Amino acid sequence: MFRFAPAATILLVLGPVAAGLAGTVLPAFGYLPALGGTALSLDPWRVLAGTPGLDRSVAVALIVGLSTTALSLAVVLAISAASYGTVAFAFARRTLSPLLAVPHVAVALGLAFVMAPSGLAFRIFATFTGWPDRPPDLLIVNDPWGLSLCAGLSLKEIPFLFLMLLAALPQTDADRSLAVARSLGYGRVAAWLKVVVPRLYPQMRLPVLAVLAYSVSAVDVALVLGPTTPPLLAVRIVQWMSDPDLALRFVAAAGAVLQAVLVVVALAAWRLGELALSYLARDWLIGGTRRAGDAAIRGFAAVTGAAMLVVLPLAAYSLVAWSFADFWTYPQAAPAAWTLRNWTGEGARVGHLLANSLLVALLASALSLVLAVGWLENDVRRGREYAGSAALWIVYVPLVAPQIAYLPGIQILLVRAALDETLAAVVLVHVVYVLPYVFLSLSDPWRTFDARYRLAAAGLGASPDRFLFRIRLPMLLRALLTAFALGVAVSIGQYVATALVAGAHWPTITTEAIALSAGGNRRIVAIYALLQSAIPFVGFFLALAIPAIVFRNRRALRGAG
Amino acid sequence: MTGAEPIWNPMMLSYPPNDRTGLRQMLKRLLLSALAAATIAATPALAIEPDPANWPAVVAKARGQTVYWNAWGGEQRINDYIAWVGTQVAARYGITLEHVKLASTSDAVSKVVAEKAAGRSAGGTVDLIWINGPNFASMKQNGLLFGPWAESLPNFRFVDAAGNPEIRRDFTVPTEGLEAPWDRAQIVFEYDGTYVKAPPRSAEALLAWAKANPGRFAFPDPSNFLGATFLKQVLSELAADKARLLEPANDVDFPAATRPLWAYLDALTPALWRGGRAYPANSAELRRLLADREIAITLSFNPAEASAAIANRELPDSVRTYVFDGGTIGNASFVAIPFNAAHKEGAMVVADFLLSPEAQLRKQDPAGFGGFTVLAAERLPPDMRQAFAGQKRGIATLSTEELGAHLPEPHPSWMTRIEAEWKKRYGAR
Repeated sequence: MFRFAPAATILLVLGPVAAGLAGTVLPAFGYLPALGGTALSLDPWRVLAGTPGLDRSVAVALIVGLSTTALSLAVVLAISAASYGTVAFAFARRTLSPLLAVPHVAVALGLAFVMAPSGLAFRIFATFTGWPDRPPDLLIVNDPWGLSLCAGLSLKEIPFLFLMLLAALPQTDADRSLAVARSLGYGRVAAWLKVVVPRLYPQMRLPVLAVLAYSVSAVDVALVLGPTTPPLLAVRIVQWMSDPDLALRFVAAAGAVLQAVLVVVALAAWRLGELALSYLARDWLIGGTRRAGDAAIRGFAAVTGAAMLVVLPLAAYSLVAWSFADFWTYPQAAPAAWTLRNWTGEGARVGHLLANSLLVALLASALSLVLAVGWLENDVRRGREYAGSAALWIVYVPLVAPQIAYLPGIQILLVRAALDETLAAVVLVHVVYVLPYVFLSLSDPWRTFDARYRLAAAGLGASPDRFLFRIRLPMLLRALLTAFALGVAVSIGQYVATALVAGAHWPTITTEAIALSAGGNRRIVAIYALLQSAIPFVGFFLALAIPAIVFRNRRALRGAG
Repeated sequence: MTGAEPIWNPMMLSYPPNDRTGLRQMLKRLLLSALAAATIAATPALAIEPDPANWPAVVAKARGQTVYWNAWGGEQRINDYIAWVGTQVAARYGITLEHVKLASTSDAVSKVVAEKAAGRSAGGTVDLIWINGPNFASMKQNGLLFGPWAESLPNFRFVDAAGNPEIRRDFTVPTEGLEAPWDRAQIVFEYDGTYVKAPPRSAEALLAWAKANPGRFAFPDPSNFLGATFLKQVLSELAADKARLLEPANDVDFPAATRPLWAYLDALTPALWRGGRAYPANSAELRRLLADREIAITLSFNPAEASAAIANRELPDSVRTYVFDGGTIGNASFVAIPFNAAHKEGAMVVADFLLSPEAQLRKQDPAGFGGFTVLAAERLPPDMRQAFAGQKRGIATLSTEELGAHLPEPHPSWMTRIEAEWKKRYGAR
């Protein structure tokens, strides 16, 4: 039965993607009979190349993607290095994970409200100093180099990478390695960098690359925080696609292909950086230096940690405050009056929406988890435990290919199969996006699971199935639950896919949030962001709590921290 | 790409708002492309079944149907009105109305297009769409609409179709009975009376005000319909030969005809919010900027929005609206039925109810939806005429007289070129 898992997975993930992808590549080369494009041509590329400010759109997207990824990874590693095994680490673990539950757009809106000239930071300042009495005309959000966009993306990616680090950590033998290194006189930070990171990073590479691909092509967050003159490439594609001049659709298709190329370029650039860094670091790793920039890295960790400790509560406060706000304007740091009206107005509507969302998220995550376990177990049984099959990369295609390129194809496919407006369709489309993240989260802990357990179990006469269900799965409980919770979070956060497929019969909290956010009422947006966060929040909480309870008398399985 | 006759026109992009919708618009267009050969190959004769002329049969068949009305769902006040319509058609006609809340009308268009591409010519999942402008044009052009039916509705008699140019031409596209009118909108400027004592009542006056108050006026990125409409508004006001704008644009005189617009924007842009280095995405963002006191003057496509936002505690009660002395651009919006709708009878009955004086009166209630009626006062029964006349408008809403006459739409080709030229000049700095 495990044999079929890879094939089923590829079919479920790649089938829809491939069905839709052709609809982008052909128009990019001028073929689109509906618009009179019956011959292949390079005209769309010529127009694309002649677009004013295109170089800027591409360059800033690349810069934002690479800097977001580098910053997020650096922060996660620095905070871990500086605080692993301390109260601070445990604190970070408890406080960062819940942030994963908050949808990207909500974080972006929260941050925008904190940073903007009429935002919370300026309001607090103005409340104490009485100046300025009106918001200054400063370009902070939407800055041309994407700094605020980079900050907004990082706020979401840091918790994600941190969770991936936590999931991978138990497989790195960190505690014992660190103990040995420390006993040899290495400082806390140096020991972490020299003995843990080289084993940790390969396990985190896929999540890191997913962050990179996402950051280069993010649309939702870029619409809130990104530059506008010109906007990033991904945003421009969306604008071309919605332009009244239908001829621009060819350009949009070419742009979507360029976006895919851009992602590949970013991934290649990152890989080159990896190689260069590992080459340069080789001597340093084995050079025996006992202290390595300890102060600087601790300082970096402290500064970024402190920044997050200031910004995140402010952003969270702004969401909660808006949801209870009566009238609230500059320079008030808190609403002039509070009201329950916003919540009571929505409360009655959301019950069945939450139920639908939960059902879809649970089913999609469960199916994804079963497929992922099936595939990984199949690899193990075929002796590919360490390498993993090359085909595994196929699962990550949805993370790299720009969504916009293949979703319409998926919709047509579902209507053809008369599956549209059904629960099955919603779940299946969610699986396309949930599965890669479940894999991402699960495959490294799985593959680095100590193979000697299997040999020992086999030696004691346990069948492969018995080993799987009695030893491997229970020992990987934390990783499984983390993957599941992440799947739920991804499912709840799926905007476009849900709107496209769920249609009339399966309205969810997400489709409702999309519709209502079009009206721009901050109170409503805040309420739905909080509601949307609630389900994944519970998920992540359980992913942490259950292993703690189950493994209360299994110290090594409780993991570090 | 140049020289291609544009089929859609950004000016058409209008109320209901399709802000924040680029993504779905794009999906829709990709889907349209998938239609490709199918559309060309089969141009079915429009067999009108069910026949709206036989109204009693329509009403009889509608009983027990569930109508999926795909309508923009961004405003709870409007959602509440649609819910009220649901209770009314349930009580009167035994119809269950499901409001499918959209972030963008193009979502519904995408769905119909996907169904057509997949060969589903009956039993479609979209019964009724709140629509106008480009979405109507694209659906009509691609043979995605059922009809003609709209002018056969019993309550259509309250509409002055011959005397009101909006009813039969939706952004220059003839409606031909494929959609029934139900709401009206017009550009108004919103200002905060705390900071603006005498609002500037022309494009030139606005420029002078903006220069005196740098950073306090904003319009959205022209990729958005409202931003595009602002450019159109200015051009209509400044063009030397206004009649020329009603004919298609061409390379020969485009530079000369639009020179006043660029001169105006060259002067205005440095005085815009953020000095024109960033633009708000849509009308929702404009409303927030006005509420946060970042800007003091902006514009909206819904004359009743400011009053409703004040009542909803979203805008300070010092906000008021006004229009330029030379007039502003306005339009109507409609409901349409897809060619493959499963419940056409129910959809027609709902559309007819929406046109009833009672439903139109309630829609205009400033405490609710606040949308202006499409009915002609002189065609109404005396008691209803009085009810409309006696209805109070919101604190910041202008009267029909104050709103004045609409400006004529320039030909669609102007806007396409203007938007491209704007991007070249101001969109990449």
